[in-house]
Formats: sequence, structure tokens, C-alpha cells
Amino acid sequence: MAAKKLNIKDKYRLLTRDLDWDFSYEDRKQAFPYEEFEGIKITDWNKWEDPFRLTMDSYWKYQAEKEKKLYAILDAFSQNNGHLNVVDPRYVNAVKIFLTGVSPLEYQAYQGFAHVGRQFGGVGARVACQMQSLDELRHVQTQIHAMSHYNKFFDGFQEFSHMHDRVWYLSVPRSFFCDARSAGPFEFMIAIGFSFEYVLTNLLFVPFMSGAAYNGDMATVTFGFSAQSDEARHMTLGLEVIKFLLEQHEDNVPIVQKWIDKWFWRGTRLLTIVAMMMDYMLPNKVMSWKEAWEVYFEEAGGALFKDLARYGIRMPKYAETIEKEKEHISHQAWWTFYTHGHAAGFHTWIPSDEELDWLSAQYPDTFDKYYRPLWDMAKEMEAKGERFYTSGLPQLCQTCQIPMLFTEMDNPNQNSMRDTVYQGERYHFCSDGCCDIFNDEPEKFVQAWLPVHQIFQGNCGGPDVGDILKDYYKMNIGHDNMDIKGSPDEARWNKWKGIA
Amino acid sequence: MPVYALNPGYQGERMDRVENFHGNQVVYLGWDEHRMFCAAKAFPLPPSMPFAVLIENIMPEAFGQHPEFSQINWDTVEWLLDGEPFKPLADVSLADQEVGHKSLIRFKTPELKGYQGAGV
Repeated sequence: MAAKKLNIKDKYRLLTRDLDWDFSYEDRKQAFPYEEFEGIKITDWNKWEDPFRLTMDSYWKYQAEKEKKLYAILDAFSQNNGHLNVVDPRYVNAVKIFLTGVSPLEYQAYQGFAHVGRQFGGVGARVACQMQSLDELRHVQTQIHAMSHYNKFFDGFQEFSHMHDRVWYLSVPRSFFCDARSAGPFEFMIAIGFSFEYVLTNLLFVPFMSGAAYNGDMATVTFGFSAQSDEARHMTLGLEVIKFLLEQHEDNVPIVQKWIDKWFWRGTRLLTIVAMMMDYMLPNKVMSWKEAWEVYFEEAGGALFKDLARYGIRMPKYAETIEKEKEHISHQAWWTFYTHGHAAGFHTWIPSDEELDWLSAQYPDTFDKYYRPLWDMAKEMEAKGERFYTSGLPQLCQTCQIPMLFTEMDNPNQNSMRDTVYQGERYHFCSDGCCDIFNDEPEKFVQAWLPVHQIFQGNCGGPDVGDILKDYYKMNIGHDNMDIKGSPDEARWNKWKGIA
Repeated sequence: MPVYALNPGYQGERMDRVENFHGNQVVYLGWDEHRMFCAAKAFPLPPSMPFAVLIENIMPEAFGQHPEFSQINWDTVEWLLDGEPFKPLADVSLADQEVGHKSLIRFKTPELKGYQGAGV
């Protein structure tokens, strides 16, 4: 007699919940040692609603089909010299930031979800996290493949993984994930599963994927479409986690609120680089950062937090500061990279006159008053043959590790600076948000590997900045860095396109 | 609680203790309302350095690229040390006037409004 085929419900039960077992002779607490130290109280893991009713066999089948299609398109892209279809070689620098700054985060997410996928006491949560872990591993692989074509034709891609671990500005995304992964499993889920994947992910993926579509980058667009169904599952998991924690015990509410405050702030700081990418690096603009923030956070996030109010959760702390900062951060970040273009692994440039006018129109309250004068100055210096590269090394924030480039919202001409003294040593922050995070866990953040201080300690080679870039960061000096004007990227592009 | 850790009493390694800087201390310098420089700058300096040497040697390295730099009147600038008003003594060392490891020295030049008078 042929084996009876399982119906979906039975298959689901057998391949997820039934994978668990009771502990008859071992101590359950020793099996799940991470479950209690954060103070989160779980009364009944059975109340967990599986956000995606997926079993491993169907996961493989579904993903394999998707990836077959993805690789067919990537092959076609490559064979048709797809890089020639991007609108302008400046665009490719956004892809360089993605590969060095974002793709390695997918790998860190894979590691993080694999860890919590082992440590949660509830089997439903474990299975969901394991699947997300596999998604993240697939994403880093498919992103590397999608972008590898550009590596054959443009500078700055070749050492993305090495650079992620060492380069000064890449310590920002790297330390963000190190913070989340070294937290307990519940904080990790609020940090990455909820705050990042649910609340902020649209502000990362939509700009990059729409940016790719608007600028002729078929490889990245295709990856984006392929990842979309996974991202939808990740968002569902993020939402399930927060509702589950809030419904399990009222004592969880203030802990969860603190994590939301922390990770919303850390996430928005991290997204500064996306803001800059949208406003300055895409030759064909999708929308301004300000508009994206209004659509994806103020409207969508506002509705979410209204929904969570019944659990006693309020809007993230300092949301009103961020609302003001949306008028400023992209300009401040691009100016920082422009002036540190000698030490960046991608090219920078002065926006064209049309772009400057677009920025004035998008930011009528701030651009002409605060930021156009910077570009007037840069143009004047460039015309004199003195393209501005700033001397020295910047002060960094102890928490987000971004140079202290943000300004006071009641006086946008003045950098915002906070500090605190912990056990006799002074620590500096870009904002009240970052200072609060440190003050809550100073023993964690005294360990920050701040690139500027590491250089001074002699841990990054040198002593000259040029030697550090070349030997410690593995940047190809004169190729990967500096202005796009006069770069080998630009020269090759002009040759391909027959531009004199 | 100084950290939420699996093991009680967990302590983090202090990565930036002054001992790690080979006899120097880190000092940050910031020129208020001059956004040509995106942030304050960091320098490893000997604690025995007199303030006059900081003005003569370090300030030009930090801010000399600014067109207003040569117009700064160092006798009248307004100083802040770690957020407090500060009157530096030219011949006294950093350490002896409480410029410590990771101190932030800010200065204001109210008569210099930056490029285009725009705080740049």
C-alpha cells in the first residue's frame, strides 16, 4: 500500500512543533541558558503563533525555484554586459556601499538568527528563526553573485568583506550588528526582527531597489524581487515577536519599550547612509530622503505605534528629533564623505547644478540656507585646483561610531555633542539618543572598536593614512578612492561609451 | 545595571585607556559654527604639550584649510573645555590645566561667521 500523503496541517505539525521534546532527565534551564537573563518572562511558548506556516521541505523547494530564475537573469545580465546599461558610472558607487556595508550585515543576520534559532525555548520561534537564518545566508550569497559582475569592470568591490571588518565608516554598520548579536536573544529579535526588519527595512530596501530600477541596474533589481517574499516573512516574524512578548507578561512591556527606543535610534543613525545615497548618489532620483521618511516612517510607523498603544507601547524616544533631522542628515553625510573622499572606498563628487536645484526644491527650509554654501565653497576650491580633502581624523560617537557630524536641531550650524564620564573616563556622543544607550550599558560600549582611536593606538598599521588605506584596509589607492573626476572608473566608462 | 550579561559581574575591556596611546592622550578640537569641517577632529598629543604649541602647531593642521583661519585672533577666542568655559594658559601644559584624555576643546570666533556668513 502506498504511504498516505500527509495533509498540510499534519505535515506542518510533524515538521515543526513535533520536533520538540520534553526534558525528562536534563535541566531545561541548562538547555536554554540565554532565556532568562534579560528579564523577559515567557509563561507559555505554546501561545506563539507561527508567522509563516512553512516546513523545511517546502522551503527548499520554493527557494530553489526562485534562485534558478534569479541566476538565469543574472547570467543574462552578465552576458549582455548589463553594466553598460546603468545610467551613469556615479550610480555604481551606491552599489559599492551596498556590497561593503549592507551585504555583510546579511551574513551577520544569518549568524544572529542561527544563534537565537537555537536558544529560544519555544520550538515555533526556533523554526521561524532558523528559516530566517537561511534566508539571510542566501541573501548574502545572491547579493555577492548579483554584484560580482560589477567587480569585473569597476573599482572598489574587490575586498568588500575585508573592508567591512576594518574600514572606518564600515565600523558603523558592523558595530550595529555586533551590538545586536552580543545582546540576549529577545533583544536581538526586537533589534533586528522588529525594529530593523519591520519598522525600518522599507527605508533600506525600497530606496536601494527602486534606485537600481531607476538607474538601469538590472542585477540589483532582480535580487530585490527575489528577496521580496523572504522580506515579507521577516516582517511578519518581527511583528509576531513583539506581540508575543507583550502578551506574555506585563513586566515585559518596559523592557521591550527600552529596546524599541534603543534600536529605533540606532537604526535611524545607520540609515543616514541610505539618506545620503538617495539624495546624492542616485543620478536618477527616486524620491528625497525626507519624503521617504515621511512615507515609510511617519505614516506607516505612526500607524504601527498607534496599534501597539493598546499594549502600553509608545512612539520611540526622540522620534521628534528625527523628524527634524530628516531635513539635514543626507546633506551632512555626503559632505562628510566628500571631504573624506581620499579615505573612502568609493568615489565622491560635487552635485551637478541640476541636482543642487533639485535639493533646493526638495528641502526648501534647509538646503539653500545651510548646505548650498558648502557646495559653493567646494566648487570654488575645485576651480582653483584645490579639490577639498579634509586633513586629520574626525571625532567619533562612542555608540553609533559615526563621525560627530550631526548638528543641533535648534542651531543647525553647530555640531551636536554630548559626553559622559564613566569610571573616570570620558566618552563622547553625537546625540542624547546615543548617550542614553551608553549610559544604560556602559560595560558594553566601553569596548567599542573606534577606528580613529585604533589608528592612534597603532593597531591599523601606518602611521600615514595612505599606508593604512593601502595595507590595512586593502584599498587600491588612486583607483578605489578620490573624486570620480579623473578616476579610472570614469576613464573606462568614457572609453566604453565613446565619450572624449 | 552597567550591562545585561549572562554572567553576573561581567566587565568590558576598556579599549581606549590612556595607557594604550603610547604616552599620548587623545584631544578633540572643534571650531564652533564652521561646518566646512564635518566634525571635531581627534589628535594624539603628549600631555606635557604647552597650550601655545597646540595653537601654533596643531590648530593649523586641524583647521588651516579654512579661508578664515588666518584671521583668527587667538587672544580673543572663546574656549570651552569639556563643555565648561575655559581660559587656557599659553605656557602651561595640557595636563596641568585639566585637558585630560579624551577632552574636547571647542572654540568660538564670534566675529568670523564662516564662508558666505553661513556657518561654513
